[in-house]
Amino acid sequence: MAIPATTVEQLVDWEVPEQQIGLWSDALQRFRRNRLAIAGAVLIAVLVLIAFGSPLLVHLGIIQDPIKQHVEFIESSPGQNGFAIGSDELGRDTFARLLFGSRVSLAVGILVQAIILPIGLAIGLAAGYFGGRIDNLLMRFTDIWYAFPDLLFVLVVVSVFGPSLLTIFGAIALVNWVGLARLVRGQVLSIKEKEFIEAARSSGSPPLKLILKHLLPNSLGPIIVTLTFGIPNAIFLEAVLSFLGVGIQPPTPTWGQMVFDGYEAIYANPTSVVFPALAIGFTLLAFTFVGDGLRDALDPRMRR
Amino acid sequence: MAVIAGRPARGALLPPQLRALTGTRSGALAIFVVRRILWMVPIVFFVIVITFTLMHLAPGSPWDKGGGRQLSDTVVNNLNIRYGLNKPVFTPWFDFSTGHFIPFRWDDQFKLYIWNVAHFDFGLSYQYQGKTVSTLLLESWPYTATIGVLAFLLIIPIGVGLGVVAALRQNTRIDYITMGFATIAASFPNFVIGALMVVAFSVLAYRATGGNFYLPAAGFAMDDSLIMPVVTLALLPIAYTARLTRASTLETIRQDFVRTAWAKGLPERLVVVRHVLKNSLIPVVTTLGPTFAFLVTGSVIVETVFAIPGIGRAFVVAIESRDYPMILGTTILFSLVVAIANLVVDVLYVFIDPRVRLT
Amino acid sequence: MAQTLLQVEDLHTQFFTSRGVVRAVDGVNFHVDAGETLGVVGESGCGKTMTALSILRLVPDPGRITSGRILFRGKEVTRMTDEEIRDFRGNDVAMIFQDPMTSLNPVTKVGNQIEEAMTAHERFTKVLARGRVVELLKRVRVPAAEARVKDYPHQFSGGMRQRAMIAMGLSNEPSLLIADEPTTALDVTVQAQIIQLMKQLNRELGTAMMLITHNMALVASLCERVVVMYAGRIVEEGPVEQIFRSPQHPYTWSLLRSVPRVDEARKERLVSIKGLPPDLSHSPPGCKFHPRCPFVIERCKTDPEPPLGEVGVNQVARCWVLMRNVKEEDLEVAKTSALSKEAAERLKAPAAEVGGNAGS
Repeated sequence: MAIPATTVEQLVDWEVPEQQIGLWSDALQRFRRNRLAIAGAVLIAVLVLIAFGSPLLVHLGIIQDPIKQHVEFIESSPGQNGFAIGSDELGRDTFARLLFGSRVSLAVGILVQAIILPIGLAIGLAAGYFGGRIDNLLMRFTDIWYAFPDLLFVLVVVSVFGPSLLTIFGAIALVNWVGLARLVRGQVLSIKEKEFIEAARSSGSPPLKLILKHLLPNSLGPIIVTLTFGIPNAIFLEAVLSFLGVGIQPPTPTWGQMVFDGYEAIYANPTSVVFPALAIGFTLLAFTFVGDGLRDALDPRMRR
Repeated sequence: MAVIAGRPARGALLPPQLRALTGTRSGALAIFVVRRILWMVPIVFFVIVITFTLMHLAPGSPWDKGGGRQLSDTVVNNLNIRYGLNKPVFTPWFDFSTGHFIPFRWDDQFKLYIWNVAHFDFGLSYQYQGKTVSTLLLESWPYTATIGVLAFLLIIPIGVGLGVVAALRQNTRIDYITMGFATIAASFPNFVIGALMVVAFSVLAYRATGGNFYLPAAGFAMDDSLIMPVVTLALLPIAYTARLTRASTLETIRQDFVRTAWAKGLPERLVVVRHVLKNSLIPVVTTLGPTFAFLVTGSVIVETVFAIPGIGRAFVVAIESRDYPMILGTTILFSLVVAIANLVVDVLYVFIDPRVRLT
Repeated sequence: MAQTLLQVEDLHTQFFTSRGVVRAVDGVNFHVDAGETLGVVGESGCGKTMTALSILRLVPDPGRITSGRILFRGKEVTRMTDEEIRDFRGNDVAMIFQDPMTSLNPVTKVGNQIEEAMTAHERFTKVLARGRVVELLKRVRVPAAEARVKDYPHQFSGGMRQRAMIAMGLSNEPSLLIADEPTTALDVTVQAQIIQLMKQLNRELGTAMMLITHNMALVASLCERVVVMYAGRIVEEGPVEQIFRSPQHPYTWSLLRSVPRVDEARKERLVSIKGLPPDLSHSPPGCKFHPRCPFVIERCKTDPEPPLGEVGVNQVARCWVLMRNVKEEDLEVAKTSALSKEAAERLKAPAAEVGGNAGS
């Protein structure tokens, strides 16, 4: 009875065997089928175009200079005085500032991930590979880290070192690497469990190389997903800093700061709040959709 | 019993009088709680260390005024003496340059601060002359607590309710609407939602009704001025809770034991309540800890948007004016709140999930 | 003749997926008499479990019963109201599932879960039900039953959990107990105990049993009659002894050859059936077993599927060839390979390309 009634030894299918579809093209197909993710990706592509193209548009005279003040036309309504969606409290063109605001948001979102990636990889790898005390240290550290809300830490750092680009990017990166490090650690630990690592160890060859070789293909998906979800988080933190008045300093236009500035005159000119607020919201939404789409496409645990 | 069996080392470090406690689940729970409370001490200590170090790494002194007239040296000197800033920040035990031990001294700024914090003394505020940080925190605490508690009371019923309904009606219009709402609410930052709500319910409502109906956009009173701050604060956790509850409920519905429950002939109501919900809400409970963290950071934003004089607002003001004792005090308070919330959740977890091992 | 308890007529259960309609149960007819033990055998994916779930109307989404009749004591199950089917489940027909590890609610005490099965129906009052729980656990031989009713499932071993599941299934004294692979997830020694227990309970209580399994040996030790299913269809049916002595469908023959038998001195190799059951959304034309059949003839591929023909006393089989017509030398070849020459040919091509990956 212990012997299973049927053991599948070879695949005989009366049909042509199902085509071997690779993991990545498979994932791409699944991603493509996700309409929200595609919509998000399109919106992000448009944002990237705007971010790169807006200085050119100013140069060509299609939009106004976002920093130029027209003190005679402050708080214009949409369409008034030649401002497509109005002007702010210093008479600057809200539309131009809106387009330029994408530059800061995208830069923060993406550059922060670029800082996090090597840090998270290195620390996660070290903790997972060496285990023991280093691993313990990382885990205890994350315990403490989780008791310290993200935003508070970023605020403290920025207040101490001043709101420069470097501090803001650094502080946001500093609160975000932990998730990636834990992910990499988990992946390394699960690879370490596999038999071929045991075999490599017993034959005397250093398993680090093997682990690295297996880490990449196994973890690339989850890492990409984590980084993608990190982008909206970073954009959010920057926007909050700007909104609280300790973010990137004027006159560089950022969406958070535009909401903050517009908020002062919200009764006179609500559009100066509404447009940047929606810009932040929809940008974050777009990244969330893409992140959800990538997770569903790449995460093997989600697969049926 | 079986829960704690198979770990021979358990209790080995405890004094013999306490070791007997580990034999029962309630005894093990008591030890677990005590350990978790003790674990809060190093957490808070390290939060202090991090924040304190950051403060003192800051270039310049807290008395620097941005741009304009600077204070005279005498004034700065007096201020330093008054706030204890004339003392060394921290004296190490060992001097690496000379290779000598340094005589231990109690009265450096760090050790004094820790000593005072241990006695619930958080020092004097730089910004509000003559007021202690404790007074400031006690003054602003009720505002933050009121809004936080009201938001928390909304999160569980609404978030769980929406999530369960969406899961039980998967792929229907109710599901799509609920999850669409939750996705948007989870992606839009608090201050964006707050600002948009002010535009809609204060500005536009005022204009449309000629001032007959609108919600106040600022201030704090026990009336309709609470609606927008509480909703703004609760929306994000509600969205997260709804999404999590839906996912977890969908997963539970497919479990074998739910099929068993149907096969027994239980009515739908009992299948859902006793079998689906009892299991699917376990992961929801674990997120109540992070929910508290949400509420804490949320208060910083919401109190700024709606001009409420709570702790979050006080923190932002302290950040702007580099009121270090106030920043430190607020940070400690916030991390304590989060740590206690996590502790309560962990203990709660032991009660609702019998499989949990008490480690 | 014994009274017919359950009569299933031309049952079709289909799943409507994005890949097409999956015909999980495709025109199945059988009956269960009161007090008898019926075995339903076949590999996984042959529609056995779906047949059982259809009887209780528990087919999961996106599947549903599309046609056919299920008569329990003459009452049409597919036409019952929600309340009628609820009271039918667990009360008239109870079911126990394959994996006792996941079939019990992990956060509810075992005793309460059994009690609940009784209080869901009118048969026992709450007080009576509570008292019966210990009695039931004792009957399924759970040691220290009085103490264990207060335990949670994770404090039970696999075998104990399956005993608790059986206790739950028997709690309302149903006329029919459907056991879906009740021993597959258990250790060998525990398997034997559970089978022993089920045999005994069937004798003592007179509960009819429908045992779903892929294990022919289990059927031999527990059942009187057996139904062999392949690709959502019944391919052979008859008394257990007769089928074991002279199986007529090549699939039954192959299944029998894949388990060791104690009652026969066996010289031949144990052979597994090569290949997989077909994808039920795209079944092959003709006889559905022909791509894997060692005795396939041209007619199996071109003609429509053969009918269930009388092949012995109370024995029917769905085959153009039938084992008794197979030539001795073909039988010898098949005993060593259990794979048709043609299928073997076809195997070589993809196997050469894919290398060692095939079948993994």
